[in-house]
Amino acid sequence: MPSKMIAGEDVELTDDGFFVHPEQWKEDMVPDLAKEEGIDTLTDQHWQVIHFMRKEYLEKGEGPTVRVLGKTSGVSVKELYQLFPKGPAKVAAKIAGIPKPIGCI
Amino acid sequence: MAHQIVVLGGGTGGTLTANRLRRAYGQNEANIVVVDQNDRHIYQPGLLFVPFGLAHPEDIVRPRSRQLLPGIELHVSPVDKVDVVSDSVHLADGTVLAYDALVVATGAVLQPHETEGLTGEGWMERMFTFYTPEGSAALEGALAHFDRGHLVVNFIDLPIKCPVAPLEFCFLADWYFHERKIRDQVKISFVTPLDGAFTKPVSSRALASLLAEKDIELITEFNTGQVDGASGKLVSYDGREVPFDLGVIVPLHGGAPWVSNSPGLGDELGFVITDEHTLQSKASPNIFVIGDAAGVPTSKAGSVTHFEGEVVTENVQRFLAGEPIDGSFDGHSNCFIETGFSKALLIDFNYGTEPLEGHYPTDVGLPLLKESRLNHLGKLMFQWFYWHVLLPGREVPGIKSSMPTSGKKKPVAASSQPVP
Repeated sequence: MPSKMIAGEDVELTDDGFFVHPEQWKEDMVPDLAKEEGIDTLTDQHWQVIHFMRKEYLEKGEGPTVRVLGKTSGVSVKELYQLFPKGPAKVAAKIAGIPKPIGCI
Repeated sequence: MAHQIVVLGGGTGGTLTANRLRRAYGQNEANIVVVDQNDRHIYQPGLLFVPFGLAHPEDIVRPRSRQLLPGIELHVSPVDKVDVVSDSVHLADGTVLAYDALVVATGAVLQPHETEGLTGEGWMERMFTFYTPEGSAALEGALAHFDRGHLVVNFIDLPIKCPVAPLEFCFLADWYFHERKIRDQVKISFVTPLDGAFTKPVSSRALASLLAEKDIELITEFNTGQVDGASGKLVSYDGREVPFDLGVIVPLHGGAPWVSNSPGLGDELGFVITDEHTLQSKASPNIFVIGDAAGVPTSKAGSVTHFEGEVVTENVQRFLAGEPIDGSFDGHSNCFIETGFSKALLIDFNYGTEPLEGHYPTDVGLPLLKESRLNHLGKLMFQWFYWHVLLPGREVPGIKSSMPTSGKKKPVAASSQPVP
């Protein structure tokens, strides 16, 4: 597993860049993580989604899919794609330090 | 006093559970009522074959009432809501049914209106779904008149019923146009929101190479945000476009509408929040869930429903007898994947094991993840099995609810490091 320095801390990541240990995540890592994903400016809406992802993960043990995010986060699917053009569920999960959302078979 | 058992839904799960429970209890031990909004039981696997003229809608529909054993009442009405506090079901026709145990089997519903443009111009003219009898029948006509152009097959997002069906549609379309000797005039594309042909690595690779072999284009990570029927194109949320002459689209799915009308029972999409091993609702211990209605992490498929039947039936009886609940459901699922030219693949998996190569149910059984005529025959025979064995709730010798492992090949981990 590759590890990486983020905001001065050593973090273990999966091959595709998700946190192996979500408890290693800290809020001050978010700007660096977002930059990696090509997001230079974090708006309130970005933060709203990131906090929502984190909360859902801690409550349910897995991150929401895009469709569920659109229904429950207060941000529509269209807006989610404007915020995270490379795919809201995956990118927001990476920035929120939670595992890759797994859609079921 | 006799137990009051109410079963919501007279499809695959509701019918087989009601029949199994009817056998388990004498007439004076339990009253069993099945509620459904109509008396038409559709053999849903048959819908795939209708567009290609391989099945006819009237052949795959039978009365629900006739699939139920004597001593089971069918009450025809939509469900309005379930009140978990008073243990009662409120029906749209005003009837209130009190229950000691409730079985939820109301499946999944299609939600085409949730996708922008899907039910607008061109719906049922140049874009169709084969997930309804009307849609698959209309598609048969459209395919018959389709002589050249671009056929695009897309499912908007998971979960969908029978998640391999869109792939099967592609394979059968390839065969169909070959038979009509116009395959070279037709481009076929499979457009998926997933990052591969299927969800899990081993089967995803096998199915991707089968698509390539049949010259079917695979377009991945495409989240359809809009369907433009006027100009004939799919538009993804990230701005990509796929043009089509004929669009075959599987709409979003959700739970039955009454679930969202019953506080505490369902998730965001209207599926019932369910313990994945006991199949008990997390809202109330006297509610059990079977089939597509259940929010559990496995396929929405008839085979899953069949395998769940044993645990659900057992747990209803245990609950009513005050005994501990059985937590043995493992998410077992298997599907025949029709690949055209009288061949099919078979996949078999559960919560923890992805679809692997090998044989089912044992070493000498049907080949897994490999095209064969035997699997195609298995798929055809399944319709007989469905009406005569599965729905009546009979035991099948040699087929267990839990997933067999003896015939399976263990995968070689893709990321494993060579030993130095």
